Formats: sequence, structure tokens, C-alpha cells
Amino acid sequence: MSQATSRQPQGGFASRLRYRKNRDRAIELVLLMAGLVAVFTTVAIVAILVYESSFFFSHVSIGDFLTDTMWTPLFSDPRYGIMPLVSGTLTVTFVALLVAIPLGTIIAIYLSEFATHRLRETVKPILELLGAVPTVVYGYFALLMVTPFLQKLIPGLPGFNMLSAGLVIGLMIVPYVASVGEDAMRAVPRYMREGSYAMGATRLQTALRVVVPGAFSGLAAAYILGISRAIGETMVVAIAAGMQPTLTFNPTEPAATITAYIVQVSLGDLPHGSIGYQSIFAAGLVLMLMTLVFNVIGFFLTRRFREAY
Amino acid sequence: MAATAELTLAEIRKGLHWRKQLDKVFVIVGLLVLFSCLGLLAMLFLDLVHNGAERFGWDFFVNFPSRKAERAGILSAWVGTTLIMFVTALVSLPVGVAAAIYLEEYAAKNWLTGIIEINVTNLAGVPSIVYGLLALGLFVYTFGFGQSVLSAGLTLALLILPIVIVATRESLRAVPKAIREAAYGLGATRWEVTKDHVLPYSTGGILTGLILGLSRAIGETAPLITIGALSFIAFLPPSPVSGEFPFLNFEWLKSEYTAMPIQMFNWVSRPDQAFQANAAAAGAILLAMTLLMNAVAIWIRYRFRKKINW
Repeated sequence: MSQATSRQPQGGFASRLRYRKNRDRAIELVLLMAGLVAVFTTVAIVAILVYESSFFFSHVSIGDFLTDTMWTPLFSDPRYGIMPLVSGTLTVTFVALLVAIPLGTIIAIYLSEFATHRLRETVKPILELLGAVPTVVYGYFALLMVTPFLQKLIPGLPGFNMLSAGLVIGLMIVPYVASVGEDAMRAVPRYMREGSYAMGATRLQTALRVVVPGAFSGLAAAYILGISRAIGETMVVAIAAGMQPTLTFNPTEPAATITAYIVQVSLGDLPHGSIGYQSIFAAGLVLMLMTLVFNVIGFFLTRRFREAY
Repeated sequence: MAATAELTLAEIRKGLHWRKQLDKVFVIVGLLVLFSCLGLLAMLFLDLVHNGAERFGWDFFVNFPSRKAERAGILSAWVGTTLIMFVTALVSLPVGVAAAIYLEEYAAKNWLTGIIEINVTNLAGVPSIVYGLLALGLFVYTFGFGQSVLSAGLTLALLILPIVIVATRESLRAVPKAIREAAYGLGATRWEVTKDHVLPYSTGGILTGLILGLSRAIGETAPLITIGALSFIAFLPPSPVSGEFPFLNFEWLKSEYTAMPIQMFNWVSRPDQAFQANAAAAGAILLAMTLLMNAVAIWIRYRFRKKINW
């Protein structure tokens, strides 16, 4: 081996090494381009939404868009007030959070502080598995199982309503909030719990007064992720909440969300370039901004309450 | 302090007893909430399977959608889903793995790396329908791919890219530094170290991430509706394999399509009761596909973990 290599001319080594180094540099460039796909995607999302909705906003003033109380771009007498879609989105999100935050938090506390090791190791993968269930399946639940059940409890409840959609979205994000929240609480160091036990606190007192405050930034992140998912959830509302934009905060009424409206227009046969069609990009822009607002709030909440150990 | 000292022993005992009772109450509440949530979901899933049971059968898989509920099937839907998943995997795997390798093995800690990382995190939180709008503007109209399998596959590939990147990074990070240093010590270049030593150890993690990503993509409905998936397709895309030279045929990429979740959505939104059984059956099959993919991912992770001894 050593003989064979020593017989090689000096120039051969140098050029071989140079080749390998150059190849490395070329490969690094290719890898960097792949990494930049992520940046490119974000830029493209913003650019497409702004560019495509610019046509819409050249016909509709931003003042009308924000203050008009009717959203009827598909009617012969079109009105372009986004508020009915925003109210629908917020109502559904609110109902969902009313379910997901308390239940998710209780499950997270239970799994992290009370459950046996075996129960936790069994339940955690199930929670993660539930996150993969297609949302169109949840839409089926909302329309064909939950709504008929609710109609027995609340007489006169319409077949399409935001309550049923919100409850099902809530149930859908419970596993998510529970799983992320549990991770956050497990990250609180053991000695903090032990300090609390040593002072004579019970498990529940330790959980509520030491672990939950200690994990607050992680819990806040879990809630924010839950809110983002509820705002952006499409299929459940498109199937179960109805598609008429109505300015209402009453969950027992049918209403359209931003996402449901986008689906409604996409299913229709409006031509690309018509103002009705371009309105989905304006709606998408609002959706994006709403998610962004919650993410920024979440970011600052997380920073404000981060506990350093 | 003074107030505490005034408590009698009996009072302290009473307080302690009360606090311990509260503990027990919470254990019961916790178990109740956990199992009622899981139980409710299980009940819904079982009901779905039950409602769809009458439609399960060979015919359901080999029939095209039809106006008659009993004769409608999911042939074009599952073929469409398979083709789309193929494109998605083929695009997201190389791009995702390359991006992860760059971030984990190559990138210096500078502003550019920071921006890429922030973007990967943010993209994971973007609502899926926004990806649909992006794809509508970019793939369908700007690039002119139209309402095709190619557009759908690329859209879902972008959607699961963050999942693939994060999973790959985690499995790269799990490879001990000593292995890299040994290879560098023998004069290997960075790429040689990555290709010959780091990547083989992380294959399991990468595959797991890809399959989890695909299991997310397979159920995505909203982006596909936005880019114009049709819900009534009574034909199949041209076959990828043909009898004549060059044996491979790429016409299917440009074909119109439907997919499992789209088909299910179409059936759910019909008022006719008979179609709801079809929707339930399609939903149960979609659910089974998702669960199967997750099971495979878990199995792969387990197998690879067992095989590696550092």
C-alpha cells in the first residue's frame, strides 16, 4: 500500500486534492441552494399574496375592505368588507380554544406530573398519531356526527353552524396542545419540584405553582400553535360551518371563515383575473397577517416569561 | 410567619388532609379528561368505519366515481394520490435532506444561516391553504403547470419540506462527533465525511421524517382544492410505464387528477345520504393509509436504532 502510493508522482496528489476540494465547494453551493428554498418559499408566499391581491385593492379601497359589513364578491351587487369573514374565523377559533386550552392543559399536567411512566409512554405516541389524522375526516365528524347530536341538545340549531366546527377543531388540537405542553413541563428541572415537595407541597400544588409557571413559555408556545392551527383550519369549517359570510359572533349560526371562502371560490368556476377570483388572495393575505399577529404575540410572551435555569 | 405559628396541629392536619384530597380529585379529573378525549375520538373513528362498512369491497377500489352512490368508487382517487405522493417524495427528499445537511454540517453561524433557520421554523406554522394560494400563483399560473399532478406534488413537497428538514437535522445531530473527527483525521473532505460516514447512520431518521411528512401530505385537502383539483374524474392519468421505447412516459405529470381527500370532501358535501357511506368508507381508507404510514415510520426508526451500535 505504502509502496504503491509513494510511486505516484507528486503532481497527481496535488491535483487530486485540488479536485476533491473544488468538488466540496461545488457541493456546498448546491446544498446552500436547497437551504435557500425555505427562504424563497417565504418570499414567494408574501410576493404572490401581495401581487395577486394588488389587482383586488386597485378596485376596492382598503377603507371599504376593513369597514364594510358585507362580503358578497360573488353577487351581482358586490360588497367587499372582510369583517364578516374575520368574525367567523375568530368565533370558530374562540370555540375551539375554549375546548382545547383547558382540556389540553389538564392532560399535559396529568401526563407530566401524575401519570405512571407506562401510561405516559403509551399515551404520548397516540397523541402524536392523532395529529396525523386528515382534517377532512374531522370535517365528516363535525357535519354528520356532532351536529346531529348538538341538534338534540339545542333545538333549532341549523345544519351548518360554527359551534360544531369549533368544537371538533378544539377536539382536534387537544392532542397537539397536550403533547407540546407536556414536553414543556418535562423540561422543568427535577430539583425545582423536589424543592417544592421538601416544603411540604402536594403534587397538585407543585404542578400548579412551580411546574406550570416554570413551563409557561413552552405552554404559551403550545397555545399559540393551537391558535394558528385553529385560524388556518380549512376543511372542518368548509364542510360543517356553512359558506355564507355573516357578520356574527354567535356560534350557533352558520357563517363562513376566511379559509372556507377561499375553498368556496376555488370550487367555483370563476376565471383567473376576475375580481371575485382575486379576492381569495386578499383573503389569504388577511389570514396570513392574523397568523403572523398571533405568532408575534407568542414570540414576545415566550420571551417575557422564559425562565432560565 | 407569626400567623403560621398560631396554627394548631389540628388545623395543620386538616389543611394537609384537604390538600391531599384535592390531589386525588385532580388525578381523577386528569384521567377522566384524558380518556374521555381519547374515547370520544375512538368512538368517532369506529363510527366512521361502521358507516362505511357496507361500501368496502373490491368494487369500491376499482370503480370510478359515479352519479350512483352504490357504483361509485375511488379508483381515480387512490391512483391520483399515489402519483402525487410519488412526486412529493421525489422532490422533498433531496431538497429537504440537502438543506438539512447544509444547516447541520456546512453552515457557519452567520446571518444567512439564521435567516434560513427562522424561515424553516416559520414555514411549519403557515396554514396549509396559504401554500395552496402560493402554488396557485406560482406553479399553476406563473410556471404554467396548470391543474396537474405536477403542481399538486410540488405544492405538497413545499408543505412538508420543514418536516423533512427538521427530522433530518435531528438524525444528523445524533451521529457522534467522534465519527466525523476520525474521518477528517484520515484526510477526508467534508463531503466525503458526510456522504460516507454521517448519512449512512442517519438513513433511518431521514426515512422516518419523510414518511411522517408524506402521511401529513396524503390527507391535505385545502391546498389541492385551491390549485384546482377536480372532484369528478372518471379517467386515469396516462400510465407512467409504456410498452414502447423509451418505456417511461411523463405525460401523467401534466394530467388532471383527483385525490383521496378531495373525493371524500366531494362525497361529504352532497346532501344525498347514500354518498355519506361512500365518504365514510373513503375516510376510513384514508385514515388506514395515514396510520399505516406512521406505523411504518415507527418501525423503521426502531429497526435502525437497534442496528446501530456506536
